[in-house]
Amino acid sequence: MEWYLPVIWASLIGTAVAMYVILDGFDLGVGILFPFACSESERDQMMASVAPFWDGNETWLVLGGGGLFVAFPLAYSVIMPALYLPVIVMLLALVFRGVAFEFRTVSRSKTWLNFAFSIGSGLAAFAQGVILGGLIQGIKVADDAYAGGALDWATPFAFLSGLAMIFGYGLLGATWLTLKTEGPVAERARGQAKVLLLAVLAFMGAVSLWTPLTEPRIAARWFSLPNFYFLWPVPAVTALVAFACWRWIGERREAPPFLAAIALFLLGYLGLVISNFPYLVPPNLTIWDTAATPASQIFMLLGTLVLLPMILGYVAFVYWLFRGKVREGESYH
Amino acid sequence: MDLDPVLLARLQFAFTVTFHIIFPSFTIGLSAYIATLGALWVRSGEERYHELMRFWTRIFAVSFAMGVVSGLVLSYQFGTNWSRFSLVVGNVVGPLIGYEVLTAFFLEATFLGVLLFGFNKVPPWLYVLSAAIVAIGTAMSAFWILSANSWMQSPAGYELKDGIAYPIDWLAVIFNPTFPYRFAHMLNAAYLTTGFVVLAVGARYLLAGRHIEAGRTMLRMAIGLTAVLAPLQLVIGDQHGLDTLKYQPIKIAAMEAHWDGTKPGAFHIFAWPDEKTETNRYALSIPNASSLVLTHRLHGLFTGLKSVPPSDRPPVAIVFFAFRIMLALGFFMIGAALFGAFLWWRGSLFETRWYLQIMAHTWWVGFVAVMAGWITTESGRQPWIVEKILRTADASSPVIGASIAVTLVLFVLAYGVVFSFGIYYINRLIDRGPEGPSETPRHLAGAPISAAHGGGGLLQRR
Repeated sequence: MEWYLPVIWASLIGTAVAMYVILDGFDLGVGILFPFACSESERDQMMASVAPFWDGNETWLVLGGGGLFVAFPLAYSVIMPALYLPVIVMLLALVFRGVAFEFRTVSRSKTWLNFAFSIGSGLAAFAQGVILGGLIQGIKVADDAYAGGALDWATPFAFLSGLAMIFGYGLLGATWLTLKTEGPVAERARGQAKVLLLAVLAFMGAVSLWTPLTEPRIAARWFSLPNFYFLWPVPAVTALVAFACWRWIGERREAPPFLAAIALFLLGYLGLVISNFPYLVPPNLTIWDTAATPASQIFMLLGTLVLLPMILGYVAFVYWLFRGKVREGESYH
Repeated sequence: MDLDPVLLARLQFAFTVTFHIIFPSFTIGLSAYIATLGALWVRSGEERYHELMRFWTRIFAVSFAMGVVSGLVLSYQFGTNWSRFSLVVGNVVGPLIGYEVLTAFFLEATFLGVLLFGFNKVPPWLYVLSAAIVAIGTAMSAFWILSANSWMQSPAGYELKDGIAYPIDWLAVIFNPTFPYRFAHMLNAAYLTTGFVVLAVGARYLLAGRHIEAGRTMLRMAIGLTAVLAPLQLVIGDQHGLDTLKYQPIKIAAMEAHWDGTKPGAFHIFAWPDEKTETNRYALSIPNASSLVLTHRLHGLFTGLKSVPPSDRPPVAIVFFAFRIMLALGFFMIGAALFGAFLWWRGSLFETRWYLQIMAHTWWVGFVAVMAGWITTESGRQPWIVEKILRTADASSPVIGASIAVTLVLFVLAYGVVFSFGIYYINRLIDRGPEGPSETPRHLAGAPISAAHGGGGLLQRR
């Protein structure tokens, strides 16, 4: 029937998640790098570089979760109970770092709020990685409901993926800081970006080996012929982008390293999509199994087609408005 | 461990949603107030409006952050705690939440950035426009959320197939029978809540003899607003009640603790509803008053609780008392606002210290009334999560009680910390006052003393 509706919705939600990962990724990354700053004025500078954006960035997470609820209610009602604890830990972590933004401007003693901001950022990143890892590993389903235990997600792979996310967001954050700040903050970020880039490549390699070895369906997707002929450019381009990113950081370029870090994220994301499509709840439920009724998907789609370009428009406007460097000593508010 | 997952899930949701509603109640109204101040500033060019706008924007930022992060939690709890609910009504309720995100959430979150940090970067008209967009965004957010909630109270425009709800008529879904009243009631409540906070802050400044001009402006604006909106809320509430009587008669019966539908209803000023004996103990009542309000006839009849089996009744005492708390605070607000308007007319508003004393300490009335109102309507819908479609007991997730218990404790601890700090910081901002940054050092120097004294601690006294 309307086989294409779930595909459209899967791409829309996929886009929302990608937007989230990139946008909130860099501001979570700035939080992850917070403990390495040397002074309060450096931390102010770091905070000021993300302060106008974080709220809007986090909204993509609401759109991702909300979109899943709207377009794929069955997937939503299976995934959330399955990943109950990591989801709630992520939300609580985001609560702490979110309020730390606003409280920090009012507070005189910033130590605890710095702590809440960096721990919240790191924990949210870690929990998101665990959620991703738990999803890739597969979720037990029976009678259209989650059929596993409370801690099924807690596996070495999920923890690896959690760590990977901390380093990945760290890379986005470091390259964002080289773009948006100057002086010692930008200088330190450049050094951090190099280390983080190597770590991210190592994690990407580990996941690329681990998933096909443990999940035969993923091995079949990548290494069967003729698939391999079409898919080999993905790792090849990834390697090229990583190399370019390394060079650009070394050449002290400003925007290119950040853009390359985004490209790395998108390539990794593409790899995961290739591995798992058309499953939304691997290895049991596809996007067609879990789709909402076409009437709901169409009703929501009409609005999305009108509203999403507007949203992208004003989000772009705000990024343009706050373009340029945040200078040392330039405080928040 | 033998923990009841449904009870824990309900406790957890009740806790997180009650916590959340505090912030929208304030930010919906405050954003409109900020936009109004901005419009006055642009039109009159008077700096005092601009100062007030900046002052309330700082407070708005702290409240809004708490509202955003606690709202984010809710959007995921539909799945984590209520996955059967998501599955059964996701086709209908999902798009309403989706539209909230697309039309409102992005709008307010993005333009808040301009409002908070864009002052030096954009022309004044765009700065004020951003404030207006944030205000419109928060009101639209309320529109969709209230629509979704009202659909759970009075479902319309759907059909059931194999126990799953499917939409037939979207307009009927969105504008379901109780939605217009509930939306008007909540929006007005939000503006009232903010009005009383502004009133309290203005009163506090006048009493302390600081920021006199700002305090007077706040008092005038707040009294002008609440003197109209508080009585209006009574009218909207009355209409809302009549509408509820039509669609959820058992909820009304619980609100009035009206057991026997064959007799006219009295209004119980106080009573202890006893669900075992199906009577009210210690009742202090006005005979026939409920009949008069609800049917507009002295001997009119309306449905009683006994018309349905106990398993289909809400927890009577909670609904009964929550409704009375809301009502009492509503009448207090009407009285306080009208009396303030009277004093203003007499020209003695700024000198009547006992009135200012009371108002400086009743900033919380709107918040508590909103919470009591929501407890009334949400508990009054029980045992249904979606009226006549899905029972709360059948809506939960296949998650063990221990997981929910652990996360409930985490939520209580986390929100407790966040809330205490939030109140503390808002209080500090109020203490610092609305004057320009050049005067900040002087107030900062005085802040520790005045914050420590009771007179300075408006919001500490909870």
